[in-house]
Amino acid sequence: MINNLNIMLPEIFLSLSIFFILLLGVFIKKSFNLIFNLTSVIIIITIVIIFNNPNDEVKIFLESFTRDSFSNYFKILILLSSLFVLNSSKNFILDNKLDKFEYPIIILLSILGMFFMVSSNDLILFYLGLELQSLSLYILASIDRDNLRSTESGIKYFVLSALSSGLLLYGCSLLYGFTGSTNFDLIADQLIKENTGAVFAMVFILVGLAFKVSAVPFHMWTPDVYEGAPTSITSYFAVVPKVAGLALLIKFMFIPFSNILLEWQTIIIFISIASMILGAIAAMVQTNFKRLLAYSSIGHIGYALAGVATGVISGYESAVVYISIYVIMNIGAFSCLYLLKIDGKYKENIADLSGISKKNPLLAMSLLIILFSLAGIPPLGGFFAKFYVFMAVLEQEMYALAIIGLLTTVMSAFYYLKIIKTIYFDENVISFEPVKNKVAQISIFTSCTILITFFLYPSVLNNLVGSLFSN
Amino acid sequence: MNFPILSTLIFLPLLSSIFIFLTRDKKNNYGAIYISLFSSTATFILSLFLWYSLDLSTAEFQFIEEKSWINNFIKFKLGVDGISILFIVLTTFITPICIISCINSVKTRVKEFLIAILILETFMIGVFCSLDLVIFYLFFEAGLIPMFLIIGVWGGPKRVYSAFKFFLFTLLGSVLMLVAIIVIYWLTGTTDITQIYEISITKEYQYLLWLAFLSSFAVKMPMWPVHTWLPDAHVEAPTAGSVILAAILLKMAGYGFLRFSIPMFPIASEFFTPLIHTLSIIAIIYTSLVALMQDDMKKLIAYSSVAHMGYVTLGIFTLTKQGIEGSIYQMISHGLISAALFLCVGVVYDRLHSRMISTYGGLVNYLPKYSFLFIVFALAALGLPGTSGFLGEFLVLAGTFKKSYLAAMLATFGVVLGAAYMLWLTKRVIFGVANNMEIKSLPDINKSEILMLVTLAFFVVFFGFYPAPLMETFNVSVNSLINNYQIALTAK
Repeated sequence: MINNLNIMLPEIFLSLSIFFILLLGVFIKKSFNLIFNLTSVIIIITIVIIFNNPNDEVKIFLESFTRDSFSNYFKILILLSSLFVLNSSKNFILDNKLDKFEYPIIILLSILGMFFMVSSNDLILFYLGLELQSLSLYILASIDRDNLRSTESGIKYFVLSALSSGLLLYGCSLLYGFTGSTNFDLIADQLIKENTGAVFAMVFILVGLAFKVSAVPFHMWTPDVYEGAPTSITSYFAVVPKVAGLALLIKFMFIPFSNILLEWQTIIIFISIASMILGAIAAMVQTNFKRLLAYSSIGHIGYALAGVATGVISGYESAVVYISIYVIMNIGAFSCLYLLKIDGKYKENIADLSGISKKNPLLAMSLLIILFSLAGIPPLGGFFAKFYVFMAVLEQEMYALAIIGLLTTVMSAFYYLKIIKTIYFDENVISFEPVKNKVAQISIFTSCTILITFFLYPSVLNNLVGSLFSN
Repeated sequence: MNFPILSTLIFLPLLSSIFIFLTRDKKNNYGAIYISLFSSTATFILSLFLWYSLDLSTAEFQFIEEKSWINNFIKFKLGVDGISILFIVLTTFITPICIISCINSVKTRVKEFLIAILILETFMIGVFCSLDLVIFYLFFEAGLIPMFLIIGVWGGPKRVYSAFKFFLFTLLGSVLMLVAIIVIYWLTGTTDITQIYEISITKEYQYLLWLAFLSSFAVKMPMWPVHTWLPDAHVEAPTAGSVILAAILLKMAGYGFLRFSIPMFPIASEFFTPLIHTLSIIAIIYTSLVALMQDDMKKLIAYSSVAHMGYVTLGIFTLTKQGIEGSIYQMISHGLISAALFLCVGVVYDRLHSRMISTYGGLVNYLPKYSFLFIVFALAALGLPGTSGFLGEFLVLAGTFKKSYLAAMLATFGVVLGAAYMLWLTKRVIFGVANNMEIKSLPDINKSEILMLVTLAFFVVFFGFYPAPLMETFNVSVNSLINNYQIALTAK
């Protein structure tokens, strides 16, 4: 028993810390700063704990909880990205009077939910994790409760997400009914093509998961929530839940659905193509930077799903590499938003970027690198992400998917170029306040450095990811 | 030799661009200009040394550098042979000239401009050195970023449209090449081109892959009907941008045909020869006619570039020794001549800020030195014997006659049209009556302009009379290219 607890140490530590700082927040007045800093410390300690965790596969609690290299990799990715997102947004939180002590605590709660998602090996545990994460996210979306847009986005997200959770739960119950088990491994044995009811259940589960990663046609909430929520929350939404959602999706394809590859493959291919196309076309007409990033994230999920659609391990690996590089690029892109301040207000329209190339050449250059990388132009990191995905896709001789995917890259290049045009080609100069936000600057610098130097050792991530699917 | 001379050549400009980035923004930016001049000249000297020490008696790749890159499947592999060395030297030769030209023509953000040019040089040298398809693609595409910025930031009034068109056309062409590269990897198990040369790909795949490569090279070349981005890009780009675009970027596609399409897909190359010939002939005649009607000097030269590139593709796909040698010669000579012509336009543009032919006229009376050089380059562009332009066209036509009388005849007709638009341009700009009172007070070309133009004029005339240094360099490599092609065809 005590050994089992050792395996769950990151989760246990995280939950105890959450209780502790929650109490601290209740009893100490004006405790935002303290709790915020404690949160960062907790995240760092959790990272250390996971690093010290062995990577061999162990399943505990009636095989409902797995600890293996896959879950450890994703947990570290989630923690690192939340650390960067949270700290670079601190100034923004303070300036917009969002400094409620619950803010970081809810973030930690959602991280805890994601931990259970990526570690789950059982329908019930997976659903509990997912709901813990989702409930935290609803609150976060409407955290600026006096702001109409923020509240609206929270409600919107809640209503739609609850619907998708309902579908997901229905799928889970069907799956249990037709396979007689909630354990992933046992489901995998039972779930074959002939088991029509279970295949039917698979569709419902896919719908729920596609909603969580905001893939077309279940993407409707994304642009509104991204635009409505405060930027600090949007950057969290754009990065961390996507990672967890994709990890869960891959896990479902890899374990319980592994025997009905042909059944889900067509669905994923459709979702992937639709996301790539919609992401590329809808983003072209956006004027709000956050909304544009919402559509761009839909497109990017499409590329990651193209890797998943191959149904082979090299494809899953490429999807994991893709999402990792996507995280790096998005942290950089959102951190840039924290430095754009005019007359004491943070700006989020693309037109407001004009003239930063003169006022703040370093910021302009960083945005240039990040945007070209998002567009997937070599030699930046974003290119390699796409390259690996299409390597895997073409290995399976899925030519149509590869060609459509690459054509949408060209289309999406158009709107990234449009932002670069605003930054570099347009003349009118808007006066900026020099914003001091060291952490945001560090995040941008880190992200740009990784993207530029990625081509020197392009297989670093592949080596890391290579071991995830060994068992 | 253990010294990684090719990597040094590639990354020296990149390294110096970091130094330029660190210089202080002073009024004249002399620090940045000196660093970039120094580094680009050093790169040029290094490339001359490379040319000198290249063993010309073998067609093997030399100075090979290999480093494991993407684990266990793609290697970072560089190497040069008799064909690529000429393009490398052309690149390193044109870059210092561009940097000198920007002293006069670029007034804003000089530092950033120099950084863009040097980064572009890195990517261009990389294209000509790479012996691996993925590395080639990487450099080929990466060049879009600095060129996009050069056109967009320092360009003319319609620069946004032109920059977007340039970027999206080229990107659209090359994504299909990326698909082809990955497919080649899964077919042959490697992207190392020296190994792919040894493997024969099946016929059906050759056709498709060849077309995918064509989609990229046709846009870059540019071939009719996807040439429309070029006049726009040229017109709006600043002088140095036009020079690099015409002199080097267009040559990447011709080089790509020689290095990839023909040796890797010989059967498809033979099969599609009529297609390329048709497109080339249309390009030669149609764009020459279009060039006749232009009233913008840069646009006229841009269209003439398309026509000249038509000769290059025609020559390459005669797949005869004369044709291919003529094409390479034509590419090098066009690199010098078009660069010079764009510089000539830049010289008067800096003074009067107009590219319209009607603005000028009678320049010979007020800018005699300039007019002399302009006429030299115009005559070279129309292929006057004694200039490098003649030899290339002559060899291409000689090679074409071996393959098809009709194509050769039509192409020869293009030579006449070429003479027509170039001479008419000269007549309207250099001779005649000055249309504009301001011309009378224009200063003649200054020292830096003389330096650039005279250097170019020297090489244009020198290679017109004495082609041996170039011919000897690529002779063996072209022979082996054709031999391998013939062997592959007989083996099918």
